[in-house]
Amino acid sequence: MIDFTSINASIESYLQSVLPAQVATLVECALIAVCAIAAYLVFAIVMIYMERKVCAAFQCRIGPDRVGFLGLLQVFADVFKMLIKEIIDIKDSDRALYTLAPFLVVMSSLITFSCLPFDNGLQVLDFNIGVFFIMAASSFGVLGILLAGWSSNNKFSMIGAIRSGGQMISYELSMSLCILTLVVLSGTMRVSEIVEMQREGWFIVRGHIPAIIAFLIYLIAGNAETNRAPFDLPEAESELTAGFHTEYSGMGFGLFYVAEFMNLFIIAGIATTLFLGGWTPLYIPGLDGFNAAMEWIPGIVWFLGKVFFVIWLLMWVRWTFPRLRIDQVLVLEWKYLVPIGLLNLLIMTVCVVMGWTL
Amino acid sequence: MTMGFLDNTYIGNILTAVKSLLTGLGVTLREFFTRKVTERYPENRKTQHISERHRAMLRMPHDEEGNNKCIACGLCQQACPNGTISITTRTVTDEESGKSKKVLAEYHYDLGACMFCQLCVNACPKGAIEFTNEFENAVFDRKKLIMKLNR
Repeated sequence: MIDFTSINASIESYLQSVLPAQVATLVECALIAVCAIAAYLVFAIVMIYMERKVCAAFQCRIGPDRVGFLGLLQVFADVFKMLIKEIIDIKDSDRALYTLAPFLVVMSSLITFSCLPFDNGLQVLDFNIGVFFIMAASSFGVLGILLAGWSSNNKFSMIGAIRSGGQMISYELSMSLCILTLVVLSGTMRVSEIVEMQREGWFIVRGHIPAIIAFLIYLIAGNAETNRAPFDLPEAESELTAGFHTEYSGMGFGLFYVAEFMNLFIIAGIATTLFLGGWTPLYIPGLDGFNAAMEWIPGIVWFLGKVFFVIWLLMWVRWTFPRLRIDQVLVLEWKYLVPIGLLNLLIMTVCVVMGWTL
Repeated sequence: MTMGFLDNTYIGNILTAVKSLLTGLGVTLREFFTRKVTERYPENRKTQHISERHRAMLRMPHDEEGNNKCIACGLCQQACPNGTISITTRTVTDEESGKSKKVLAEYHYDLGACMFCQLCVNACPKGAIEFTNEFENAVFDRKKLIMKLNR
């Protein structure tokens, strides 16, 4: 297993030796920002391509295969098309908020993205309240959506934004309850420690029944958080044209689109970190040879493999179920997911106190 | 689905919902792994299957000697709602009986105006015209779409 902390430390000591201390810190920040944004965009491209192919497979189609080998250049063609589109100024719109909104959404998902542990030490932000920070950072994306709907001067955008606000704030609750359940099991909020603890068994196995229930509720709530079907009423194209981003064109829309996909990646990444052991390899007690073989696969491969598996699960759900009505969305959350989540938290606490975990 | 004593209770609703959701997921999962129905068109020219009844172009079949069944009655021309078909005739005198008879001179068909309704084929008393499924008829000049069907 590669330990990225030593690589990071050697880069830092090199920079400190050639540059003054403050400049070195600045250069490090810039380097990290560039790497994070590059990774963010690369994953967005991979996921847009994956979404189109997986969606096609669920509908018994092949999907894009004309632009480039296997349609690999399709996403680049789409981005190019988006870049050459005219940016429209809406009459009587709130210009400042209208311009700001997509950046807020992207900022929220980029900050959350930097909390994900890709490999041992390959993590931008890691501190003692990491999980808490992730929850806080991921929840201010809804502000961008609300502002986008409000500032567009369009009733469809407004309805979409209000629906989105109601939905995202509601589902935040059961998502947090599920994360809390796992914090009870792990006893720490530091992301790197949570992953390290799963070296000898992933939490979904060690927490057995309450962890599995928490995982399922987390996936449902996560799907709702990303505004994807069956919870896509903020954009509900058949009712609201495109919901909160109706009035956006060109890269304004592009940013919303990328942020939506990256939120999906982040939801899957947090699920992987908390439930499926992050970058730690599969560990089965007793089978030493098997475990040693699993150790040979790099952590980042484990992490991305698990993340894309969870993304595939979410896409499977997306292309199976029809959209819920707004009252059904709220009933599902407040009458079912929250009570079950609370009960599940109690069960997990009892299990941990009585030592019934594996 | 009946669950006995759990019918319409909170727990019963959850179980019913989970069962129906899993059924839906099962259907799409099976679909995910089935063979895809998409036809890759220009590449699959050799193997593509066009339905027999697909109407793409009007044709007048000829036998080995180059004779067709058309009697130049003009019913197809009258039946056509778009004025796609125009027939010119000439009169020949039968040598045995001495009677004069109208025969087909030229049968013009405008593919660009045709809406493939098949009224002309239905109107024909002799079965002299039919639709074929040769569908690759795109050209750059509309004049090329006006065709002479008889030989």
